[in-house]
Amino acid sequence: MPAPAFRVHVDAEKCQGHNRCYAIAPDLFDLDDLGMSSAAGDGAVPQDRLTQARLAVTNCPEYAISLTEPAGPAEQPERAEPVEATEVQP
Amino acid sequence: MTSHPPVQDWATDFDHTDPGWVADPYPIWDELRRGCPVAHSDRYGGTWLPLTHELVSEVAYDSEHFTSRSVVVSERPPGDDAPPAPIGVAPPITSDPPFHKVVRQMLLPAFTPKPIAAIEPFTRQVCRDLLAATEGLAATGGRASFDAATEYAQHIPVRVIVKFLGFPVEDAGIFRRFIRHVLEDVDLPPQQRGAMFTDIDAYIDTQIEDHVAHPRDDLTSFLLQAEIDGAKLSRDHVRGTLLLMMIAGIDTTWSAIGASLWHLARHPADRARLAAHEPGLMDTAVEELLRAYAPVTMARIVTKDFDFHGHPLKEGNWVLLPFPAANRDPAVFDDPAVVRLDRVSNRHAAFGLGRHRCLGSNLARMELRVALQEWLARYPDFELADPAAVTWSVGQVRGPRTLPVTVGPVTGTVG
Repeated sequence: MPAPAFRVHVDAEKCQGHNRCYAIAPDLFDLDDLGMSSAAGDGAVPQDRLTQARLAVTNCPEYAISLTEPAGPAEQPERAEPVEATEVQP
Repeated sequence: MTSHPPVQDWATDFDHTDPGWVADPYPIWDELRRGCPVAHSDRYGGTWLPLTHELVSEVAYDSEHFTSRSVVVSERPPGDDAPPAPIGVAPPITSDPPFHKVVRQMLLPAFTPKPIAAIEPFTRQVCRDLLAATEGLAATGGRASFDAATEYAQHIPVRVIVKFLGFPVEDAGIFRRFIRHVLEDVDLPPQQRGAMFTDIDAYIDTQIEDHVAHPRDDLTSFLLQAEIDGAKLSRDHVRGTLLLMMIAGIDTTWSAIGASLWHLARHPADRARLAAHEPGLMDTAVEELLRAYAPVTMARIVTKDFDFHGHPLKEGNWVLLPFPAANRDPAVFDDPAVVRLDRVSNRHAAFGLGRHRCLGSNLARMELRVALQEWLARYPDFELADPAAVTWSVGQVRGPRTLPVTVGPVTGTVG
């Protein structure tokens, strides 16, 4: 079985505990006692959870979450860029 | 109410208590965002207003140039040696680093999803009881209309916070009066405003004494037992945090619930869609209603003279932080004026940004979701009884304070 291609990452310096990622994908994120988020396990995202992982990225108010492919650049929209993917259904 | 002269020009003379702002701030913000996008006013001793998401974020993240010592803009002279805050010292919202972090971390565990989920059944019962009472009014008095702001939305956060703090439930009216004063009477002369705070402090002290004598399982007893570096919290600290819970936990959530009902009363398609239990829709709808009708505008005080994108900010100036305006910035949100209940990508800043992110955001979200679920289960069909009778709060927390609705299938024979 091939390793999942995508991983989520939470920047602990930026996370302020909004818990939006956890609400969208509780299986992909862990919360500590203070409500701060980190990627669950090694951050690997199963193929069938990729949509939720992307939504976690595009709903984080602090721009703290990124989604990476092992060989590729982070999928993190630049600040102030119009939000995309509004047509994607959860 | 306002004792101030009418605003002449929004870019150079804005006032967040002006009737025009209170009635409908969105066109004002949109125009300023396109034009300025940092407005200035000499009112309140000098106040600035950044309008873009980017600028609002920048201020929220910068505790070097902007202090949280005071977060409610009022008529006190905003100089360095002025009283620290219009709402007294209310840690941690009025705290700066490094003290802020210590105090905040002490409180955070009580507001994570798990403890908040534990009070959801209580909240749901509160909503059901309130709705049952409105139904009784309609049935016995022949009244098909009632005020959704004062007979429903308002009571939900009051009862939740009263339970959280362990204060007497019959004191809800006292709460309301205090909160209204702190948040809305911001244009009163400082002395008149100060007198009210003495009353609030005395009330909270009475509750603290009761908890000292009879400790129990609530936030007040928790604060009385809490320690920082081996020392108990000072009485001022405990009182300030309790004041914060009252101020921050009630009008804000009341406003969010009321504004959401106001929207649904005017949008039958959204109402029908939400009432139909479409999977996942309530979750995105709650976030979208928070984005579009974010109640809270915060404030900061400038710590030193400096140039902010070409604007000469002076030490002691106020800066309003309009998160509701940031939430309608077209640079970040597609069609920001349109409420899309299924907006799935939504980085809204309704709960603020940075280190002062609303401590109670999980609580507020839960209350809003449960309040809407229970309302729609009881009254899937409703409309404004009289659009002209809707009134909005004054100041930095925006929500309907009068919201007459007509519930049920409107037959035209009631009355």
